[in-house]
Amino acid sequence: MEKTNTPLTTRRNFIDYFLGTSLGATLVATFYPIFKFLVPPQIAESTESSVVAAKVSELKPNSGKIFKFGSKPGIIVKTPTGEIRAFSATCTHLDCTVQYQEGTQQIWCACHNGRYDMAGKNVAGPPPRPLEQFTVNVRGDEIIVSKG
Amino acid sequence: MNMSTIADWVNDRAGLAPLKELAQKKEVPLHRHSLWYYFGGMTLFLFFIQVGTGILLLLYYRPSAENAFESVQFIMTEVQFGWLIRSIHSWSANLMIATMFIHMFSAFLMKAYRPPREFTWISGSLLLVIVLAFGFSGYLLPWNKLAFFATKVGTDIAGVVPGIGDFLLRFLRGGDEVTGATLTRFFGFHVAVLPALITAILFIHLLLVQRQGMSVPPSLEGKALKKMKFVPNFLLRDLMGWLIALGALAALSAIFPWELGEKADPFASAPAGIKPEWFFMFMFQTLKFIPAKIGPIDGEVLGVLAFGAGGLFWFLVPFLDRKTAQGKPSRGFTVIGIILLVYIVGMTIIGYTQ
Repeated sequence: MEKTNTPLTTRRNFIDYFLGTSLGATLVATFYPIFKFLVPPQIAESTESSVVAAKVSELKPNSGKIFKFGSKPGIIVKTPTGEIRAFSATCTHLDCTVQYQEGTQQIWCACHNGRYDMAGKNVAGPPPRPLEQFTVNVRGDEIIVSKG
Repeated sequence: MNMSTIADWVNDRAGLAPLKELAQKKEVPLHRHSLWYYFGGMTLFLFFIQVGTGILLLLYYRPSAENAFESVQFIMTEVQFGWLIRSIHSWSANLMIATMFIHMFSAFLMKAYRPPREFTWISGSLLLVIVLAFGFSGYLLPWNKLAFFATKVGTDIAGVVPGIGDFLLRFLRGGDEVTGATLTRFFGFHVAVLPALITAILFIHLLLVQRQGMSVPPSLEGKALKKMKFVPNFLLRDLMGWLIALGALAALSAIFPWELGEKADPFASAPAGIKPEWFFMFMFQTLKFIPAKIGPIDGEVLGVLAFGAGGLFWFLVPFLDRKTAQGKPSRGFTVIGIILLVYIVGMTIIGYTQ
């Protein structure tokens, strides 16, 4: 009679465990790079903090103009009284690009009929927040728009 | 060498007997609701048209922000019959979605999802999602203004999904903004990922229909119904419908070639009168009616969650409609179907008349 003690792990258990973890590791090693591949890399945001947006002479009172602020559109509004203001042109509702309406003297988004007043405040329709406002400086004929 | 010799030769090697048996066995019940049996096959036919015209368009289309718009313009103006192939692709896409909706609502109202056909309904629901994804991704490919903003709005809506929104938005856009990277990605979805998915799910959907035969409305179940052989009788009727559809497509494309619009410009305002595709109109209109803030939550978040919950409900209908499953009349679900139909049609009409 051979002495038999029941080991904690039978050979079969050990092999099953070995197979299972190997299979799991193989799956993880396969799908991890695929998943990472699908996530687009972060491209460094252009750190432009100020931009020459337009010329004073080309803006009539009661009009607006879209300008490029890095990779995003901004909007300059010249009020009927001649004051110049600048906002982000991205609607706070669902990301469309807004435009200035001379008739209503409001900033209007065509996508879902959202409206902002000349101070960028959301006054009608679905937008949940006011438009982000930028600082405006006039240097000679140049309108310089900056963040913060 | 006559036909039967060839048939025998093939049969000895491939064993076609089961197929022959299936073709001879398949029957279609005839009753006053039989008309609705045509719309599934009609959707399938229009899908075949999409595959054919889509492959043709691939020969000239260039998937990049610099070239996409110009390449579609080239197809529409320079390529011989290019206007026809692209217009058929666009028209067929729209008609396919229309016939799919008809097919879906008729299946719903005739309670075709009841046991043992729950999987058929679920595979159909998946097909609905895939087909809408086809529509959404294909819409961007011409890279025109309307498509650009539609994609901005659509992906932004995906971005408000709680928890995974941010990931989803960047995954769909290929970055933080809608750019050429988004176009490349959507092209990949439209011509590779979605076709592979739809092939698999469609195969299951059709296999289940062959396995279980045609469903009859509960009101007619157990009654002695006239039956028609599928091969050749009903198949010929199906083909007649397909021929009419082909004629309609050709006529629509010739009389109303599909517009291309203006090239997308990331630094232009959204054009006045911008509208989504008609099959998203009811959602778009609903979003317009939701106030900006409902308590502390943005209205759009609530809208998206409501649509998500509605979609889940629709998906799980076979398991929620207990009465039908037990063979009892289920008026409640009929009413739900009709309310939903009225809501979709009503909101769409409001969207176009405002």
